[in-house]
Amino acid sequence: MKPWSNLRFAFMRGAGLDWMTRLSSGPRRPPASREPFFGPPLQSRHELRRIMTRHYGLARYVKGVRPVAWVTSGAPVELLRAFGCYTLYPENHSAVCGARRMGPELCEVAEDAGYSLDLCSYAKVDLGHALSGRTPVGRLPPPDLLFCTNNICQTVLYWFKALAHHYRIPLLLVDTPYVHGEPDEAALRYVGDQLKALVPELERITGSDFREERFREVLLSSRRSAALWGDVLSTLQARPTPMTLFDAFVHLAPVVALRGLPVCERYYEGLLRELKERVERGVAAVPGERHRLLWDNIAVWFALQPLSRLFAENGCALVAGTYTHAWAEPAARIDERDPWGSLARAYGLIFLNRDLESRLDLMEQIARDFSVDGLVLHSARSCKPYSLGQYGIQRALEERLGVRSVVLEADMTDFRSWAEAAARTRLMAFIESLEAA
Amino acid sequence: MASLYGGLDVGSMTAKAVVLDADGRLLGWGMAETTPQLAVCGREALDGAVCAAGARSEELAFVVGTGYGREALPFVQKRVTEITCHARGACALFPGAALVVDVGGQDSKAIRLDASGRVLAFAMNDKCAAGTGRFLNAMAATLRTGIEGLGPAGNNSTRELAMSSTCTVFAESEVISLIARGEAVPDIAHAVHRAMAKKLAGLVRQAGVGEPAVFTGGGALNVDLVRCLEEFLGVSFRIPERPQLTGALGAAHLAREATPARSL
Repeated sequence: MKPWSNLRFAFMRGAGLDWMTRLSSGPRRPPASREPFFGPPLQSRHELRRIMTRHYGLARYVKGVRPVAWVTSGAPVELLRAFGCYTLYPENHSAVCGARRMGPELCEVAEDAGYSLDLCSYAKVDLGHALSGRTPVGRLPPPDLLFCTNNICQTVLYWFKALAHHYRIPLLLVDTPYVHGEPDEAALRYVGDQLKALVPELERITGSDFREERFREVLLSSRRSAALWGDVLSTLQARPTPMTLFDAFVHLAPVVALRGLPVCERYYEGLLRELKERVERGVAAVPGERHRLLWDNIAVWFALQPLSRLFAENGCALVAGTYTHAWAEPAARIDERDPWGSLARAYGLIFLNRDLESRLDLMEQIARDFSVDGLVLHSARSCKPYSLGQYGIQRALEERLGVRSVVLEADMTDFRSWAEAAARTRLMAFIESLEAA
Repeated sequence: MASLYGGLDVGSMTAKAVVLDADGRLLGWGMAETTPQLAVCGREALDGAVCAAGARSEELAFVVGTGYGREALPFVQKRVTEITCHARGACALFPGAALVVDVGGQDSKAIRLDASGRVLAFAMNDKCAAGTGRFLNAMAATLRTGIEGLGPAGNNSTRELAMSSTCTVFAESEVISLIARGEAVPDIAHAVHRAMAKKLAGLVRQAGVGEPAVFTGGGALNVDLVRCLEEFLGVSFRIPERPQLTGALGAAHLAREATPARSL
């Protein structure tokens, strides 16, 4: 069985999958007629689509060939890559389900199984998928191991425990203590020691030996990917911005799901080239850009289109975001010469794992760097750690920056808690107040 | 032909319209119950206002639409949100207003204004009927006072009752259990208003408390609710003669300002 699986995977990884995708997708649809309030679409979107389709497509053939790991978005995936694991991100998958408007139906599966209405919708979509097998990406390979870090929230801990129980597989956990004020070196050593202690566990689970050389290569690649993503985001400082945050939410997928792999670096090199060229030629993502806004929190995946349209129609370009920025953060911290210590810093000090004061400073810095004149704070009903404290943040930032802001109540995937007319009124009133200011 | 300006506010419960002359004088107003045919009931309210003004529809130079139905009105020249319209309307009635509290059919909002009447900040109720006109309607139905009778009833309260829910569904069952316990209707009505005012006070604090303060929307007709909110916030509210029309009035003023003044 194994040689056949290996052969099949090798074939698919070679020409097979791209060939099959071309065959099954039929003739390319003519581009939808462009609306005047949007700039020209990015050419890189075709390559993005190809590599992400490939990532989920290859996943179907990888079972039995390479260990399959499901990981949280904030997990130091570099360690798993050193062992040749094929990694999938339930959060990224949940976002895809959200964008395809499958959130409520998968949440309902989880709720029928007894999970609370108030549980994170990413968790419910993922558990709903595990229980029903329903997914918009065809099929996901069941995991051989789970890897979880609680730097993004505590929910992941219980969510991944539930997955471990469901699939009866090992769960590897790295505990990252919450950082109040300045980083605590002892806490970071504790994180680094846990990472080191995973090596023999991973050797046992994957059946491969740990090769430090390979690990360093992955770290280097991961650092480059994050740095390139940071450069990509920096192009949004240009006026007019060459792409908006709505584009960034979509073009974020590789640095989340593929960081540490050469394909990720190549992708962002291409995207960066395209954006720099746009900046040089003065191509605007929102022609007639009048206002530049910062977005806080995860995207509202099911409403990306109507929201991007509403902002663009009114001359507003979203140019900065905390969520997109988070993926550029590790660039400055990963250092392949100090693998354990730097990995502990890169993942232990992400902004969601730090106190509100640090978050406030970060947001102020981003707002200044990108010259924003307004803030849109998405209060995600199911993402408590990200949404908690937003009213305080709103007040403090209004004061520090002298800008206007609005809190938008929504969710990442579950549109049962979305009131479109109310959201529209709030955003329009906010835009009217920007226009009058 | 005289140039008239219209403001049309199609809310979740009523459509309200106001007609102004070129100098901003109120010539007429109209109202109609909101039906699923938003354009039809909007037209009806606007025609009512035009008729009350003793004018003809053709004389309308510019109409601004607002309220939840604004997108469904094909005959308006511009659409503006209720927030901006209520702010503009309140300033037209009470120049220098710093705070506007509006309790409408499906939402309530607090709007903080700067000295020149521009919106500084606003807060709205979340996706829930608590703190809105619908909440008052539901309570009035349970207490059988009628919506107009709810305020005066609360005003006659002699005893303070504790009520914790502002969720419309839970509050209704809480009211029913208070009735079952034999509590007097005025005391229950007052408890309802206190619970709602507490929620509204939170909304106002989010936007920022300020004076002069104006209370608009149908909720302003409820004397006891206004009094409770005044107590919580320590401010005293100015109430327009017809508070429900404030949004439409603001829309009409915006219509007047949207049209460049014609030289004589």
